[in-house]
Amino acid sequence: MRQPLLRLDGLTKAYPGVLANDDISFEIGIGQMHALLGENGAGKSTLVKMIYGLVKPDRGTMTLRGADYAPAQPSEARRNGVAMVFQHFSLFDALDVAENVALGMENPPPLRDLARRIREVSTAYGLPLDPNRLVGDLSAGERQRVEIVRCLLQEPKLLIMDEPTSVLTPQEVEVLFRTLRQLSAEGTAILYISHKLDEIRALCDEATILRGGRKVATCDPREKSARELAELMVGQVLTPPERPAKPKGAALLQVRNLSLTSNNPFGTSLKDISFTLHAGEVLGIAGVAGNGQDELLLVLSGEVPTGADQVQLKGAPIGHLGPNARRKRGLVAAPEERLGHAAAPDMSLTENALLSAAQRKRLARSGFIDWKATDRFAREIIAKFDVRTPGPDVLARALSGGNLQKFVIGREIELAPDVIVVNQPTWGVDAAAASFIRQALLDMANRGAGVVVISQDLDELLELADSFAALNEGRMTPVRPAKGLSVDEIGLMMGGAHDMTPAQGVSA
Amino acid sequence: MIRLEKRKEPSTFWRIANPFLAVALTMIAGGLMFAALGKDPIAAIRLIFFDPIFSAQFGSFSRPQLLIKSAPLILIAIGLAIGFKANIWNIGAEGQYIIGALFGAGVALAFFPAPGWYIFPLMVLAGAFGGFLWAMIPAILKTRFNTNEILVSLLLVYVAERILAAMALGLMRNPDVAGFPGSRDLRRYEAAHNAELIAGTGIHWGVVAALIAVIFAYAMMTRHMLGYHIKLAGQAPRAARFGGVSPARLVVICLGISGALAGLAGMFEVSGPAGQVRIEFASGYGFTAIIVAFLGRLNPLGIVLAGLLLGLTYIGGELAQMMLQLPGASIQVFQGMLLFFLLALDFQTNYRLRLTKGARI
Repeated sequence: MRQPLLRLDGLTKAYPGVLANDDISFEIGIGQMHALLGENGAGKSTLVKMIYGLVKPDRGTMTLRGADYAPAQPSEARRNGVAMVFQHFSLFDALDVAENVALGMENPPPLRDLARRIREVSTAYGLPLDPNRLVGDLSAGERQRVEIVRCLLQEPKLLIMDEPTSVLTPQEVEVLFRTLRQLSAEGTAILYISHKLDEIRALCDEATILRGGRKVATCDPREKSARELAELMVGQVLTPPERPAKPKGAALLQVRNLSLTSNNPFGTSLKDISFTLHAGEVLGIAGVAGNGQDELLLVLSGEVPTGADQVQLKGAPIGHLGPNARRKRGLVAAPEERLGHAAAPDMSLTENALLSAAQRKRLARSGFIDWKATDRFAREIIAKFDVRTPGPDVLARALSGGNLQKFVIGREIELAPDVIVVNQPTWGVDAAAASFIRQALLDMANRGAGVVVISQDLDELLELADSFAALNEGRMTPVRPAKGLSVDEIGLMMGGAHDMTPAQGVSA
Repeated sequence: MIRLEKRKEPSTFWRIANPFLAVALTMIAGGLMFAALGKDPIAAIRLIFFDPIFSAQFGSFSRPQLLIKSAPLILIAIGLAIGFKANIWNIGAEGQYIIGALFGAGVALAFFPAPGWYIFPLMVLAGAFGGFLWAMIPAILKTRFNTNEILVSLLLVYVAERILAAMALGLMRNPDVAGFPGSRDLRRYEAAHNAELIAGTGIHWGVVAALIAVIFAYAMMTRHMLGYHIKLAGQAPRAARFGGVSPARLVVICLGISGALAGLAGMFEVSGPAGQVRIEFASGYGFTAIIVAFLGRLNPLGIVLAGLLLGLTYIGGELAQMMLQLPGASIQVFQGMLLFFLLALDFQTNYRLRLTKGARI
């Protein structure tokens, strides 16, 4: 047994209506890689926020290296050697790497010295970074390096990482893991939050599993199968979605030589994209965030029109049509950002049901809204997709992310389209709901619809897709059959142009 | 220490209570202002808010005035509120009001002295069209060149005022009265006169139009896709685009509707209560209507109440000017305070104040 670094004793935190953490105790040893596993809402973030000084526990104590530890705020946690890399980066696009690092430090040294330190530390840990580059020009993987290097400069004893691989290609993940192993060997403990079980089994030597705010188990993840871990996490037996073999159908959606210049300086321009989607086919489009996924969705949904022939539905040109005209013809879309794009935050679920359904569900007659039918439709989605809400009059922003996701995906599926395009369909959704959404998408394909799934979750794509392509800096690889693709091949498709090998990326 | 905390959901209670609270605070602050001017504050407040309706001495004159003053305010505010809901800020209703009046009066003067039932309806159409045209200038500049409609519509008010002056002194001047600026009195031209419909009530065609506008706006905002799209665009522009709303089309529609309604208000005013095109025709209805729209919470029924209240301050202000020799500007200060207090109070719809013990660093 290693020497303990941090001990948690009966940590409890209640918010109005929920017990986020209930009597949680475990230990993290010096240099240990400790996984924290759990579904959304299991209490992982509350727990690490307490360790990082963002939230005060109601009850319970923490001991760090034998001394009482009760950080009142993050700066105190950092002084004690606890650092954290958040899932969402807090970086400024228009500043360079060194400036961004300086902003997050208590007493930053002069920028010249800092730049030198960044070079040293980042090279020492195999995460090369050029301190003079603008953050806006960096890939998601490189941005994460900035956050990690910022933490490493403080020489932490405990590094908390929140879902660090959700934005990385498999190759980038390898690089990151090497760094983490090196840190661990030097005595830095790592608290690794994830729900990707294979990663945890590859990386961590102890795992604590949370469910509904309680600790279910502390175990060695390498001694359990991924399935056993998942069932501990979810508390029920999981069935993978079914996918009967089927012949290729007629061409439904065709995209031809599509190029589009982004009007956002840090957006991605689409470059010469072509593909064909057939009836009954699920096309999975992989890619690291920010490689043109959002732009592709806007072009397919009709929010950004293109030349008429560049997008064709069932042989008819629709590239010039807006979203409603496309819906009428049978093409619907569900964007990634649910609050503010797929749904209006300050409108009720009933009002949000109308957002994309007015045409196909005939909820308006000569412009006049049938609120009764709309309300019925909203209730239907809520019931069918198990949206947890007191009723359809609740504002969209009052729902949890996962519940709202079920609502907006459910809304599009209920429109019974010929083609559905979804971006990150199960992002932030708990495992049970995610498998329900995936099954619903597969059912659509089985009924003869075409499905385009844009996702950063490779496991999801491999589970769903018949054919597979990847986006990279606005270019799309040729579509390949998903069967028989190895993770390595996928990684190369996704990351071809990214300089993710440790030797590159640093100017001498 | 006081801390601000964002509410999870906007408070419905404060949303409804704030307009009333704002009126109360305005009365208190206004009373203090009158006291500082050496007037009896209670008498002044009474004169402004109660006497126009309840006093036996002034009531018979003031009561019909209430509808005459409120109708244009309501008509303009209804149009503005539709745009405000979509985050399209037409601040230049005063200009559209003037141009609408000039178009309406222009039709009347062109037909003078011919009789005919069709003249007044033509004037109505011309008035709405004039306001619509004037509002299309900021609309098209915004959709073509991405200019700011607040600035453009506001500056066009001053252009409209110059045109009004030029018309009163030149093209539209009454040729029969040498030397005096101002057009013929439309009240004496029967085919063009927007007369009182029921004697002693102040109800003229403008009041009827305001009522119709309220009903239409209510139906549109609650039952029609256009109203839904307007709200959507105001609250979540990206969701609106996903819902198939074209932002440019919405700018044209919202500015068009508010311009046409302001133009109508101007036309009903020039052919009735004002009677003629004069340099001092514009009396600030277009600006006061902004206060009416906000005080009425951008809700058609709320706007009716707010319009009546602001109409009351116009009449009461004149009364107080006459009886207490209050300066004429004090009523504008009064109206300004009302908007000021309302906006300040609205802060607590979305935030709550928290007193915390001791400072935490």
